[in-house]
Amino acid sequence: MDFGRISRRHLLQGSAALALGSTLGIRGAAAAETTVGFIYVGSRDDYGYNQAHAQGAAALKKLPGIKVVEEEKVPETDAVEKTIESMINLDGATLLFPTSFGYYNPHVVKMAGKFPKMHFEHCGGLWSDKDPKNAGSYFGYIDEAQYISGIVAGYSTKSGKLGFVAAKPIPQVLRNINAFTLGARLANPKATTQVIFTGDWSMPVKEAEATNSLIDQGVDVLTCHVDGPKTMVENAARRGAMVCGYHVNQSPLAPKAYLTGAEWNWEALYPKFVKMIVAGEAIPNFYRGGLKEEIVKVSPYGEMVSAEARKHADDVKAKFMSGEYTIFKGPLVDNKGKTVIASGTDRGQQDPELEKMDYLVEGVIGATA
Amino acid sequence: MADASLGLWTVPLAVFGGAIRVSTPFLFVSLGECITERSGRINLGLEGTLVMGAMSAYGISYLSDSPWLGVLAAGITGALFGALHAGICSLPRVNDIAVGIALMLLGTGLAFFLGKPLIEPTAARLPAIDFGWWNDIPQLRAALRINVLFLIGVAIAPLLYWAFRTTRWGLLIRTAGESADAARAMGHSVLLIRLRATMVGGFLAGIGGSFLSLFYPGSWNEGLSSGQGITAVALVIFARWDPMLCLWASLAFGGAAALGPALQSVGITSGYHLFNAAPYILTLAIMIITCSPKRTLTGAPAELSITR
Repeated sequence: MDFGRISRRHLLQGSAALALGSTLGIRGAAAAETTVGFIYVGSRDDYGYNQAHAQGAAALKKLPGIKVVEEEKVPETDAVEKTIESMINLDGATLLFPTSFGYYNPHVVKMAGKFPKMHFEHCGGLWSDKDPKNAGSYFGYIDEAQYISGIVAGYSTKSGKLGFVAAKPIPQVLRNINAFTLGARLANPKATTQVIFTGDWSMPVKEAEATNSLIDQGVDVLTCHVDGPKTMVENAARRGAMVCGYHVNQSPLAPKAYLTGAEWNWEALYPKFVKMIVAGEAIPNFYRGGLKEEIVKVSPYGEMVSAEARKHADDVKAKFMSGEYTIFKGPLVDNKGKTVIASGTDRGQQDPELEKMDYLVEGVIGATA
Repeated sequence: MADASLGLWTVPLAVFGGAIRVSTPFLFVSLGECITERSGRINLGLEGTLVMGAMSAYGISYLSDSPWLGVLAAGITGALFGALHAGICSLPRVNDIAVGIALMLLGTGLAFFLGKPLIEPTAARLPAIDFGWWNDIPQLRAALRINVLFLIGVAIAPLLYWAFRTTRWGLLIRTAGESADAARAMGHSVLLIRLRATMVGGFLAGIGGSFLSLFYPGSWNEGLSSGQGITAVALVIFARWDPMLCLWASLAFGGAAALGPALQSVGITSGYHLFNAAPYILTLAIMIITCSPKRTLTGAPAELSITR
């Protein structure tokens, strides 16, 4: 496959060169517009992680003078290096978005060293001081949006039992589970979140089984952190449970069951990045933010969300927007009874301790191992 | 309380429900492979057939709004893949296992390629029959919403068992599988018998795929099968080429797949990776218990390239 792609591109380039007589002419003509390359690990219409990025890419396509090239289903191996090279050498891309977490080290770091004049913007927030300056890594505090989802879920549940279908117990996922639960307990102090780990990012049969098991346990509001939430959303809605979405807005899949959801807002961030580059500004190598910075957003509320829930959720959202709200603040106890954040300590979003999260807060039923 | 929790009872219930929900693709693929292998050929490509079946069923159901037309399309696609496998294997000195692997890659690759535009839309699903009308426990009622394909699969197993033993074509398939020379001496074309057996096997595997995309989990995406086709092919060996054992083995695999999530939902959280691996551990254990260095596997068709 990889060889096929490269040879096809070579072929195209070769024939173009023959037709125009000189490759230099093409390069000169192409320089007038900026080419941006997007690399996805999966399918870009998966109703999930990759679709969120593709929506960001689509927002760039609308800008004048910007050409977008995309490639899907690029594995987190040296295949991504080949893709980057061909996007630079053959398509003339000068700004690249390798959007999957595992692309960064060693692949993006290596390519950034090899092409020092190109910009690399990796999604995952992994940049460190030792890495090339033309490589940046950005990420969003989507746990803020999960917190809002949790508030809405806490008001909407009748049984007080919420469910979370998760892929793996890594810090990012645990942050979402914990934020969702803390939000829910704000609305309903007795609410619990039952978590089921499926073991991998895309396991449709396991996700469907997990959804059914949770509903069998009396759970009536579900959310998830897997690559494609479609399976969970559809199966939960079929069983009559309510759902909170993740990655993108899944309400078209289950309009009657969809309460709200935590979404990425790449369509706001990517044009911002491109404008910064065009204006000659440097994008910080380590770029992060939440609702306030418009990197994440909350889906519009579904019809069945009560006025009380909307008001409470909107109030907290307004506090996030003004930057005066902290999700993880002491005293915080985990579900084994251990104090994980001491009283009086506020762990703001930038706190590196949160990146190492290995606990589930009180109210979560489940274990990380 | 309407949503009364069943506590620990949900685990056996989930395993029971899982056995019905998850087993159908295993059942169809293993019964199909059973027919093919009984005729003396191994078609490892059924993973690809399963995925192709899932994709074509979803596509046709989406375009025509008729899920049953989708099931039919999946079956036909599967039969065509079976014909391709049998056709290539009819050539001299072709290894059926290698062809199977090639077709597995072709099937999954082609399905991903053609299925790209189908990930986003929602197709019409197969209906379920409510067998739980007699009780009012919501969990049990949900587990008893059974799809017709499952019932058809359950009916095919004894039918096949009977057909292998007592019908003329059953005998022919077995003859081709046990001794190609004997079949030839009787004046039958071994290649033709195997072509038909492989096509029927592909047809069933395709239908198994349609269950995945049209009923449970119920949408098309690229991780849909995650190796179920291959597992089902292995299951035939595990079931000793006996259709009735294929049925029980499929149910056991379905139930085992539900075990991991169900245990986590009642709070047994340690070692969920181990529980998720339960079906494979089960296979290994039975293989080890039943294997013997002194003889070939009982029930193995003598013409199979792995036993010959």
